[in-house]
Parts: sequence; C-alpha cells; structure tokens
Amino acid sequence: MLSSARSKSGAGERAPLGLKLAALGAILFLHLPLLVVFLYAFTTDEATLSFPPPGLTLRWFSVAWERADLWQAFSLSLRVAAVSTAVAVVLGTLAALAVVRGRFAGREMVTLLVILPIALPGIVTGIALRSGLALTGLPFSFWTIVAGHGTFCIVTVYNNVAARLRRTGRSQIEASMDLGADTFQTFRRIVLPSLATALLAGGMLAFSLSFDEVIVTTFTAGQQRTLPIWILDQLTRPRDRPVTNVTALFVIAVTTLPILLAHRLSGGGGREER
Amino acid sequence: MLRRAANFLFRHPRWALGLLLGPPLLWLGVVYLGSLAALLVQSFFHVDEFTGQVVRSFSFATYAQLFTPANLDIFRRTTLMAATVTIAAALLSFPLAYYMARYARGRVRSLLYLGVILPLWSSYIVRVYSWKLILAKEGILSWFFSAAGLGRVLDAVLAIPGIGGPSLSFSTLGRFLVFLYIWLPYMILPIQAALERVPKSLLEASADLGAPPGKTFRKVTLPLALPGVIAGSIFTFSLTLGDFIIPGTIGDSSLFIGQAVLRHQGTAGNVPLAAAMTVVPMLIMAAYLAWARRLGAFDAL
Repeated sequence: MLSSARSKSGAGERAPLGLKLAALGAILFLHLPLLVVFLYAFTTDEATLSFPPPGLTLRWFSVAWERADLWQAFSLSLRVAAVSTAVAVVLGTLAALAVVRGRFAGREMVTLLVILPIALPGIVTGIALRSGLALTGLPFSFWTIVAGHGTFCIVTVYNNVAARLRRTGRSQIEASMDLGADTFQTFRRIVLPSLATALLAGGMLAFSLSFDEVIVTTFTAGQQRTLPIWILDQLTRPRDRPVTNVTALFVIAVTTLPILLAHRLSGGGGREER
Repeated sequence: MLRRAANFLFRHPRWALGLLLGPPLLWLGVVYLGSLAALLVQSFFHVDEFTGQVVRSFSFATYAQLFTPANLDIFRRTTLMAATVTIAAALLSFPLAYYMARYARGRVRSLLYLGVILPLWSSYIVRVYSWKLILAKEGILSWFFSAAGLGRVLDAVLAIPGIGGPSLSFSTLGRFLVFLYIWLPYMILPIQAALERVPKSLLEASADLGAPPGKTFRKVTLPLALPGVIAGSIFTFSLTLGDFIIPGTIGDSSLFIGQAVLRHQGTAGNVPLAAAMTVVPMLIMAAYLAWARRLGAFDAL
C-alpha cells in the first residue's frame, strides 16, 4: 500500500536523485562542448588547440572582421537561407493547408514526401540532387544550392502550420464566409493572421536549418563556399585556427537566435516544432 | 475577377485543392523525387574501364563492384557504428526523456525542451568542430585526464586495438563520442513523446495491483516507451549511416559509406558507383524499418 501511495502522487512526486543526475549529465553532455567553442574564440594560442588557453584576447574578432572570404561566404549563406526560407514558407503552407483542410486519398503520402528529405540521410538527398544535375546538365549555381535547401526546409514550415491548423477550428472561417467574405478575403483576414506566428516559427527554423547546412550543400554548391563549407574546409585543412574559432561562435549565434525566437512564438511548450 | 475566381474555387473544392497541392508537389516531385530517380538510374550505368567515361546503358556492373572486400568492410564498419551509436543514444537518452516526461514541470520543463531542440536544429558543423577542440591531443579531455591523475587510464584506453588510436581525435572511440553527441537529441525527443503518452492511470493500476515501482517500470513504462525508442533509433541509425563529415573529421583513415560515396563521385569521378553505394544505406534502412514493423513498433505510433 505504501508503494502505491507513493507512485500515485504523480505531479508532486520528487524524482530519484540518480535519475536527476543522469538527466543532468545528458543535458551537460549536449551543451558543454559549445562552451568550449566559446572559450577558444578568445585564446591567444595561434597554432595548437591547447587547454587551458595560455591567454585571452579579443584580437581574432577584428582579424575575422577583415577577412573578405568570410564576408563572401557569410553573404552567400545569408542569401541562400533567405530564399530557401521563402520557398519553404510558401510550399510548406500550401502543403499543410491541403493536407489538414483537404480531403483526398494519399494525404499520408504527401506528409511522407515532405518529411522524407530530412528523414533520409543528407547524403542521399545530396547525391540524388547531384545525379539529377548531372543528368540534366545544369551548371552549379546559387539556385542549385537553393533547390537542395528549399527541399529539406519545407518540413519545418509544414509541421508548424499543420499543427496550428489542427488546433484552430473552422468556426471563424465559416463565420467569415457566412458574412459574405470570399475565399481569398477569408484567407487574408482570418487564416493568415491565425497562422502568423506559426509561419514565423517555421520560417525561423527553416532559416537556421539552411544557414548551417553542409552535407547537401557539398553536393550542390560546386566551387561556391557557404559559411559552413568554409568551416568544413578548415576542419580538413586547418590554416586559420583562431579565425575559425571566431567564425564558429558567430554561426552558433546566427543559428541559435532564430530557434529561440521560434520556441517563444510557438508557445514555449514547443509541441509544434517537430 | 478575383471574386469570380474565389467563387469558382469555393464551388469546386477539387480545383482549390489542386491549386494548394500543385506547387509543393511539383517542387518535391520534380526536384526531389526526380533526383532520387536520377540517382537510381545512374546506379545502373557503369564506368568504362578503358576510357573512364560513363556508359549510359543498363547493367548490374556497378552493383557487382559493391561486393569487393574493401567495400564490404566499409558497409560492415558503418553499420556496426550506427548500431553502437543507436544503443548508446537510447541508454543515455532514457533518463533525461523520463525526467522530462514525468517530473519536469513549468519553467524547468520548457528549458529542458529548449535544451534538446537547440542542438537538434542548430550548428551541426560547429558542434562537430567543437569536438575537434575537445578531443585534440593537447585539448581539454587530455588535460582533464592528466590533471585528475588518470593520464595512464586514457593511454591504456587508446592502446586498445580497434577502439584506440594515437589520440582521441584520431580514434574510433572519439568518432563514436561525436556521433553520439550529434544525434542524441533525435533519440531524446521521440522517447520523451512516447513516455508522455503513457497514461498515469496505468501506472496507478499497476501499483494498486501490488507491483513495486521497479516492476511497474519494466512491465508497463518500458514496453510503452519502446515505440519512441524505435522511432528515435530510426533517426540515429539512418543519420549515422549517411554521415561523412564526422568520420572525415574525427577518427582514423578507415572509410564510412558516406566518405566512399563522396570520393567516388568527386575525385574518382565514378558517379554510378557513388549512386549504387548510396542505395546501400537506403536498403539497410528499409530492412531496419521492416524489422521495426515486425516488432509492432508502428502499431503503437
């Protein structure tokens, strides 16, 4: 009876210490490595990766600031992420509207098709796009990168919008139509406003996903270098260690902020993200 | 005009649906499925041994090349790593997922959730890079071991054949740690979601019927969490199979499937072989999914 009383208490129940420690361990394991990146951005050590750092400096930030190749890579990544996000927002919203509001056979197939590019290993998407390019003879360009990124970003917008549509009822839409608004007016005045934060959240996730994507990009970029490709080059042939550390910190900031924002927009409990 | 179009769409929901579905299906169908089809087609081409040119005619010649001992070695190594990473990720994820689902409330819960989705969505390449810093010979882990007086332990571990190497950064153990680190969030979230769906009443019933907490956990919670574990394992397994950045950055020079694919399509210029090699992880995943389905994992999802 005693044990039954204990496990019955549910929400008020305290977690066993061992469980708490194991959970804490997993969370620390997920986040401590990024602290290391943070620390190394300030090290005075130029050639090696020694810990503890011999000294701390802000010098590498100004060195990185002067690098034209970094600015080029950053600008390319930014443009790719912006256009891919736009593609994902339009296509993801349309697909979500169709699947949630429409009635047709094969809705699961559409969902699967949207999820597949992110569920299959990136290399499959990457080499598939590469094969497609090879067969059609299209040259690598900004647009070949966008073709890849747009494809796997659709799912973030789709998930957020579909979740929002399932939560909001149809009554407002019906009321609007009853009052004489046509399909487009209802979409603009009722549907779109109710989707706004879901769209923003999905778009933010798509942006982060695109901004630091590297696997698919390897196959679709040709000679162009996005910021993650720049870092990848440094991983295999390290030349500018201190600058790489600063760049790494910068990428963390650029990809983390949109996700934090998306988290807030979708209500903090975050049931919509995935 | 717009009004008439709207009326038309309202009266013809099929057309409205077509307009909604058209663009996404066109994009995914042409760009994505088209590419996958191109991949499949290319895998049946082969490279002429003398000219080095791709011969565009149907044959199994390229698939036959997959069965060289070196390639089989690559498949075995990659699959073994994927399995190890998956098991370790499940073990490491479970306590956190369990805590999140059963005990964490309010602010803590929101923070933990954020703590899991942040690494899932962001900075893949930087997170790999961070381990280059951590595992380096003069890096933080080596420093920690020697500061704690455990330098010999680390050396002993690194001396183990098959796992060790000259330093953590060039060892299979290091490779494993990075894989585990990168894919861990993909395991935590599905397990947590599965555990949240376990009704409290079942746990209460089990306890009322006299089962001690440990037994309730084994007989009720764990079986109900299994679909979550399987769902997570699909991610960790598939992502490990297809990754080429991590084995290219950390570990010895032994190849993984992804690296071999990259090499064949890049420097070697053998796109058909690269394509055929990509079909291998897809087949392994298909087999894995079939196995998961037989376990009944999908019924509960």
